[in-house]
Amino acid sequence: MQINAPSIRRAHRGGLSRSLVTMSKVETIANLVRGALASVAPEAENQPLNPGADFRDQMDLDSMDFLNFVIALHEATGIDIPEKDYPQLASLDGCIAYLAPRLKGR
Amino acid sequence: MPTPASAVRAEHAYPTIVKAQRELRLCPNLADYDRTCHHFTWDSARMKLEGLPGDRGLNIAHEAVDRHAAGPLANHLALRWIGKNGTIWDFTYATLQNETNKFANVLKGLGVGKGDPVFALMGRIPELYVTALGTLKNLSVFSPLFSAFGPEPIFARLGPGEGKVLVTTESLYRRKVAGIRERLPQLEHVILVGEDAQPADVPGTLDWNELMADAAEDFEIPPTDPEDMALLHFTSGTTGKPKGAIHVHEAVVAHHITGKFVLDLHPQDVFWCTADPGWVTGTSYGIIAPLTCGITNVVSEAEFDAELWYRILEQEKVTVWYTAPTAIRMLMKLGKETVRTYDLAALRFMASVGEPLNPEAVVWSHDAFGMPFHDNWWQTETGGIMIANYPAMAVKPGSMGRPLPGIEAEVVRRTDGGEVEIVEEPDAQGELALRPGWPSMFRGYLGDEERYRKCFAGGWYLTGDLATKDEDGYFWFVGRADDVIKSAGHLIGPFEVESALMAHPAVAEAGVIGKPDPVAGEVVKAFVALKPGFEASEPLKKELLGHARKRLGAAVAPKEIDFRVSLPRTRSGKIMRRLLKARELGLPEGDLSTLESDER
Repeated sequence: MQINAPSIRRAHRGGLSRSLVTMSKVETIANLVRGALASVAPEAENQPLNPGADFRDQMDLDSMDFLNFVIALHEATGIDIPEKDYPQLASLDGCIAYLAPRLKGR
Repeated sequence: MPTPASAVRAEHAYPTIVKAQRELRLCPNLADYDRTCHHFTWDSARMKLEGLPGDRGLNIAHEAVDRHAAGPLANHLALRWIGKNGTIWDFTYATLQNETNKFANVLKGLGVGKGDPVFALMGRIPELYVTALGTLKNLSVFSPLFSAFGPEPIFARLGPGEGKVLVTTESLYRRKVAGIRERLPQLEHVILVGEDAQPADVPGTLDWNELMADAAEDFEIPPTDPEDMALLHFTSGTTGKPKGAIHVHEAVVAHHITGKFVLDLHPQDVFWCTADPGWVTGTSYGIIAPLTCGITNVVSEAEFDAELWYRILEQEKVTVWYTAPTAIRMLMKLGKETVRTYDLAALRFMASVGEPLNPEAVVWSHDAFGMPFHDNWWQTETGGIMIANYPAMAVKPGSMGRPLPGIEAEVVRRTDGGEVEIVEEPDAQGELALRPGWPSMFRGYLGDEERYRKCFAGGWYLTGDLATKDEDGYFWFVGRADDVIKSAGHLIGPFEVESALMAHPAVAEAGVIGKPDPVAGEVVKAFVALKPGFEASEPLKKELLGHARKRLGAAVAPKEIDFRVSLPRTRSGKIMRRLLKARELGLPEGDLSTLESDER
């Protein structure tokens, strides 16, 4: 995974941990997403994810699970996610595309 | 949990929604309730159906498909299937007849005959509908399973149901059935619908496309006694295994008349029932009733997605919509402004089922759509809608409405002598009871004659739901009489969930309740006591959640687990779930006289 240069600069300024310096933003978000998924569907925790496919096609998630997943993402990132945006968070790629610009400068 | 009478009356605080006669775009099939009730007979309802030509009885699939395929509706769109990725498959009554004939021939060719159970474990794909109707034609028994069930709930139904045939998809088979196949010796034929039109190639299974390709398009439905078994719907109970409610072909008389009276289906209507056929609503009204009424039935494969749903309503010009409170509450979160961005001019009538529709949702829908969702009440055991709000009738937000013509419903209480008496005072609580004998009444619980008999007392069918009736004859739901949980409109038996948890080596005791949730109605919550040597911890909690989800499927497994040192039990060793629930909700604990050992 290519190292994202801006995060290195931020790391020097902000004193972030060594592990974040080597992680790109994409990886960070992916880990957050996996963490939120694992909190809702622990049985699927180490399952490899097809990033472009809907989570619900790859693991057993009902509508309450998906709601709880979005809440977990909100809690992990601090980002407010309105209901109408929920469909954008249906896959790993979708989550990354949605969260990356909103995590800008953090 | 019974609520005090004053709280019940508070629900009546929402203004009644009265319909002006001129507002009704189409004269409702049930225009004058009192008059229709007075003149109604089940024989007159039966006359609305054709019967098998040559006086050979009554078959659901004939009324739903062949009758229309033989007449002016042959080229009318019967089923419009909208796939997850937007693909559309259309079936006219003529093509639906051909496909269902082929499947009936497939069954016949495999030696599957009258009374043999054919189980379906599939999402809402076209093959599911062909399987259902083809099975009915062959006089075999159709038993749909919810595709989100995990291996244990599937086994708990396929096993006792003595399934001879299972129609499923390759991925569902691999994930959920292959592992339990050994435990199902009666399962003779597994037919796989391959994904993405690839032939399925799994040992011990047959391929749908291959079988259908060789099957003849002609099939004559054999003589069918109205009391011949047609459908097997599994439903959950508090104690013990899930119960298989038996329905017969005669049920179609009720499916059809409720389609007319309650859903107000008229020729040229486009109907959309969002329920999955794995639940009785999705079979009675997601398959049978719209077809017996000769209209267009829309099926959407995708799961709930508010904007997708509005798009479907708009694009398909849906005229009558039947959905559930959990979905409606999710639509409410999106707001009424979103509704108004879609052209829903075609939508004429909306109904709701699954759990009581809270008054706020009724009022919201009236505001957002210009018409309210009409709540109705029924059960797996009743086979069709029993109590409803009708298009021409005033709607009291929060009320289930009034009994179907031909149905006698009362609020009753049991007396000491084992008799049953009607609760006469308006707004007084009791158990909702129905006079037995309507066409879609279940004829038994499979293999459990005793449990079936226990449902009847003093000349009444006792529903297990607590209710009140007001002075206008409108019924109001109060709660369940037992510990069954209702989550997202689906009944979940706590015993099934507790059993799965108990299978984990760390678990000594498990008690499962329904915890109120603003969207789902209730979510499944488990209290778990551990065996010696195991410590309560977050990682163990996660492990137990995952264990339960893997065995039960996400829809049935607990969303929350709390640890306890021990659980409250009666002298006979039964876990007092209602006590767990009362404490969880901070409610009065009620009668503790049978509590032998308390929780810690």
